[in-house]
Amino acid sequence: MSDALEMRAGEPADLILRGASVLDPVAGIDGVHDVVIRDGRITELAPPDSVEEEAVESIDATGLHAFPAFFDPHVHLRAPGQEHKEDIETGTRAAAAGGFCGVLAMANTSPPVSDAGDVAALRERARTEASVPVGFLATVTRGMEGRELTEMAELRDAGAVGFSDDGLPIASARVMRRALQYQRLCGGTIALHEEDPQLSGEGVMHEGPVSAALGLAGIPSVSESTTIARDAALAAYEGGRIHVQHLSAAESVEAVRAAKEAGVEISCEASPHHLCLTDEEVRGLDAGRTKMNPPLRAEADRQALIAGLRDGTIDCIATDHAPHAPEDKEVPFEQAAMGVTGLETAFAALHTELVLPGTIDLALLVERLAGGAEPFGLERPSLAPGAAANVALCDLGAEWTVGEEGYESRSHNSWCAGRKLTGRVLITVAAGQVAYRLRSFSLGVAA
Amino acid sequence: MRHLLSIEQLSRAEIEAILERAESFAEVGRRDIKKVPTLRGRTIVTLFYESSTRTGSSFELAAKRLSADLVSVKAAGSSVDKGESLKDTVSTLSAYDPAAIVIRHPYAGAAQLVADWTEAAVVNAGDGKHEHPSQALLDVFTLRRRLDSLEGRRIWIVGDVLHSRVARSNLIAFREMGAEVTVCGPPTLIPRGIEALGCQVAHSLDRLDEADVVYALRMQRERMGESFVPSLREYAMRFQIDSRRLGPRQLLMHPGPVNRGVELSGEVIDSPQSLIKEQVAAGLVVRMAILYELLAARSERPAPVAGEGAVQPTPIGQPA
Repeated sequence: MSDALEMRAGEPADLILRGASVLDPVAGIDGVHDVVIRDGRITELAPPDSVEEEAVESIDATGLHAFPAFFDPHVHLRAPGQEHKEDIETGTRAAAAGGFCGVLAMANTSPPVSDAGDVAALRERARTEASVPVGFLATVTRGMEGRELTEMAELRDAGAVGFSDDGLPIASARVMRRALQYQRLCGGTIALHEEDPQLSGEGVMHEGPVSAALGLAGIPSVSESTTIARDAALAAYEGGRIHVQHLSAAESVEAVRAAKEAGVEISCEASPHHLCLTDEEVRGLDAGRTKMNPPLRAEADRQALIAGLRDGTIDCIATDHAPHAPEDKEVPFEQAAMGVTGLETAFAALHTELVLPGTIDLALLVERLAGGAEPFGLERPSLAPGAAANVALCDLGAEWTVGEEGYESRSHNSWCAGRKLTGRVLITVAAGQVAYRLRSFSLGVAA
Repeated sequence: MRHLLSIEQLSRAEIEAILERAESFAEVGRRDIKKVPTLRGRTIVTLFYESSTRTGSSFELAAKRLSADLVSVKAAGSSVDKGESLKDTVSTLSAYDPAAIVIRHPYAGAAQLVADWTEAAVVNAGDGKHEHPSQALLDVFTLRRRLDSLEGRRIWIVGDVLHSRVARSNLIAFREMGAEVTVCGPPTLIPRGIEALGCQVAHSLDRLDEADVVYALRMQRERMGESFVPSLREYAMRFQIDSRRLGPRQLLMHPGPVNRGVELSGEVIDSPQSLIKEQVAAGLVVRMAILYELLAARSERPAPVAGEGAVQPTPIGQPA
């Protein structure tokens, strides 16, 4: 996929997915084919049952769907420093179980990834632990303190895919501007957690009628949108390249849309939980499922995100997979850590909540779930013959209850915990290797 | 009623049942011997993570008047000081098999969590800025003694609504009992979206004369540093309830402790319209009634229902 992404070396896949409904909207593929994968590459999309039986694994994929595997530009793998929450092995296993063939790990670890040596060490670990390719971002500022730039050029040379202080905003406009200037020297998309800490204050959820009723300090939507507007203006002024992370508010979608229309090099992502839930969900004060930053917002915000997904303002879906230990979540809401896990459920949740009711098309979902690579200059996963095999084989009719069989992730703070979802990833092929098989999926006899 | 966690989850009938029980305890309070044996042999734990004079002492006295054994835990000087989590503290205290845990905590939802972690009945004695249900019940009790019914009455809640759990619980309780509620204060201290709870919002006392009851909230001095109000002087000029603003037919309430000369002038505190002392007296009998309803009105402890307290996810993606 890219030299900067690392994974554990393994056997290249040789298999045939027979009679699968193959859908890759970007490559213009939509039909029933035998997907032939040889030596880790897609060699052929053949008419059903036209390929002679060979000494390779053959899977009856009749009634199943093959998509380009998904790419998540925003996950927290917690290594180094918080391996009790997640590590590269468990995090990429969760990614594979969710149909992802690549992820970008955020740098807000303990300590943060601010030195070239940190990036090198993580890449080394990924070469032995990662079941799907992982890219690492480095912080924009040293130790995420928001004051001095990291050695961005050296970090890029060491393989940092891009830069982000995610978890914290870059509060200083001056520092933000310097980073955009320096980006001209070293490249690397700067991914931004957009929030004005002065406006967010002690806020723990979206500011509105629900926060008023619960007596919780609110995070106003304008905390996000005003910072996006600031950074879009700075990016335009300096000719920089920015990616806005986890859009949550209607005003933010509008700010990105305006920036795109003005020609700013800006891309953005939205998370499954913001596309499916609203702040009404917070009424139960279940921090494990509903506390994250940015917070779940109002129904009008959710609708604006869906509209942004449809019209292309929102380039991709990113889970912001944020594992936390039980003791970080089993405390009163205001004290609980921010973040929810989402890798294992992203496709199923969005299929259940947005595709099945007819809100968005399956093709749009598939396109946006694989849209996270390009904003970082990486190749989009594709099912076109000749491409490296990155395939998610899914059963769109399978019903399952999230968490019933445990999680691949080390942490259990899934926003979907206990929900019944329709649609399940059966097999994930990532960078030419079989990265995941659902345990209960019987090969060759699947109906 | 298994727990008292919020006013929001009480029906009008449940509120009235507690108030009627409180009336009967008020009668007991006029006897020479004020103690009844109702809860003899049962243990009540009060677990206070914030300082409190009125609420803490009245729950403790209520437990003693009902003959319960009382264990009083305060955060300062306890294992909480040593970094023990709320969950572990509750688990430890539950080993005493208490009939009830009365908890005050600086964060919203703490009482609900405790209810998930213990077999005991849980009483929320204030959780963050969320709710303070026993205060709302004693305020309704106090008002009903003066006004008979709250139906159609106009009640103004004046002051720092943003930081007040009393404002939230009382707003809900007053509305449940049929009153019309207006919240009033500077825009910096009125939470955005509060109208959704069914109240009017005012930013001046110009129409205060329409109120049958004026409920003033405590104005905390530390709010000035956070720019919520420029000065206590300016706040008092605009929002202090004084004898000029309080009409002779209007009743005055305050949850205490009062900042004399800030939210209330000295003369209205001691005026005949002031119900502040009656509120304190009502606190005892209403809290006795709450403990009675939770512990004695149920003749025996029901077997725990499997899955009770588990969070049931609501369908996602539904507009509210």
